[in-house]
Order: sequence, then C-alpha cells, then structure tokens
Amino acid sequence: MTQSPSAAAADRPKAWDAFKRELVALIPHLRAFARTLTGDATRADDLAQDAMLKAWDARASYQAGTNMKAWTFMILRNQFYSDKRRSWRTAELDPEVAERTLVATDDAEALIALDELRLGLAMLPAEQREALILVGAGGFAYEEAAEICGCAVGTVKSRVSRARRALQAVLAAGAYDRDGRSASDAMSSILADAERLSSAR
Amino acid sequence: MIVNRPVDKPNRTTPPALDEARLRQQAIGQKLRQMFDAVVNEPVPEDFLDILRRADESDAEGE
Repeated sequence: MTQSPSAAAADRPKAWDAFKRELVALIPHLRAFARTLTGDATRADDLAQDAMLKAWDARASYQAGTNMKAWTFMILRNQFYSDKRRSWRTAELDPEVAERTLVATDDAEALIALDELRLGLAMLPAEQREALILVGAGGFAYEEAAEICGCAVGTVKSRVSRARRALQAVLAAGAYDRDGRSASDAMSSILADAERLSSAR
Repeated sequence: MIVNRPVDKPNRTTPPALDEARLRQQAIGQKLRQMFDAVVNEPVPEDFLDILRRADESDAEGE
C-alpha cells in the first residue's frame, strides 16, 4: 500500500523532532557564541534565545544534511547586528555586567587573565571580534566563518589577524599598566576597572 | 684556548620579540577557547527548553 497523504503529514512532526534534538544540542554553543560576542551574560542569553526561536521558526528553510551549527550561528550574528542597529548600543564596559560575566575559576591569575581578555575582546570592532571567536574558539574553518559572516574568505582572514594583533597589544598594555608604567588614558581607566573587579571579588 | 671575552651583544638567530609574540598568540588562543568552552560546559538554563517547548506546542495547535 502506498503512503497516504495523511501518513506523510504525520511524518512531518517526526522530522521536526530530529531538528529539535539537533537544535537543543546546539544551545550551549549558541550561548557561548552570544556570551563572547556581547560580553554580557544576561544580554547573551536573550540573544541566544531569540536565535534559537528564529531557527525553530525557520526550520522549514533549513536544508537537512548541511551544517546546522553554522546555520544557527549565522542567525545569531544577524540577530546581534539587528539588535545593535536598533539600540545603537556597543559593547559597554559596565563593571556590574563584567562581574556577572566572569568565568568561575579559583585560580586568581587565570581569572585576571580571562577578565583582561574579555575586556580586550570588548574593545575590538564587532566584526573582528566575531571573526576571531568563530575561527579561534568556535571551531569553524575560514570558509565557514566567511559564510556565517556573509563576507569573503580573505576578509575573514584579515579580520582574524587584525583582531589577534590588537588583542596582543591590549593585553601587553595591561601588563605594563600593572607594573605601574603609563598607558593611554582610555586604556588606563578600562584596566583600572579590571583591577578593581579582580581585587573586589 | 677559550677566550672568555665580554659579551656586548646577545648572539641569537631569532629575534626574541618574535618568539615572544608567537607564545603570546598561543596563550591568547588558549584563553579564548577556555572562555568559550566554559560557557559550552555550563548547564543550559531551563527557560531555553521551556521556550522551545512552548513554541513547538503552539505550532502543533496551529496546524
């Protein structure tokens, strides 16, 4: 007996169950991408939830067998930029937010280092930050990152290398500042915040 | 005979600054992954699953 239309209709939710399982498995990665992109744990979860719902609503347009992680990351970063355009908000360095965002660790040195990295990330232009996160932590190839960001592979490569150079300079300046040597005014105030946070924990 | 003459210049083939830059880059990469993975390994807050469940249910009612 051939499949009746009603049986085919009954198969649809089953296909979506598989989609849902895959989407649920990606939630931790979406949260990590959002957290490192925004530097704000609360805002990051809002963003990750929006992206998850958008992905669910768009499930019919997802092509099974393609890279679902890359697809959901693309949805998340597009959401991030449209939120940003709407609110005109850049990554602000709010000490309270920074405190919430600290990664729990009992190693004081590692904590300071991680917080400096977070501050350094927040200082990068968003497109450099996202390129570095995708390639340096998200496990994406340059080609995949280019697709997620909707730009050329060469553009991703240059953004990643500029981000690495800038971060290195920021972290090096942080080390100088701790030694009591001078840094630029903006840098000093940002790093003073970092100092206060790391000593106030 | 070995002459112990004063060293006025460090005799290196690789500029130390380059090695240091490479090490710093590795450290940054490691910390970035550590930061990302720490969030990946956090338990997912319940509201994520609740939101998805609600979306799924309201879709099912709509059909």
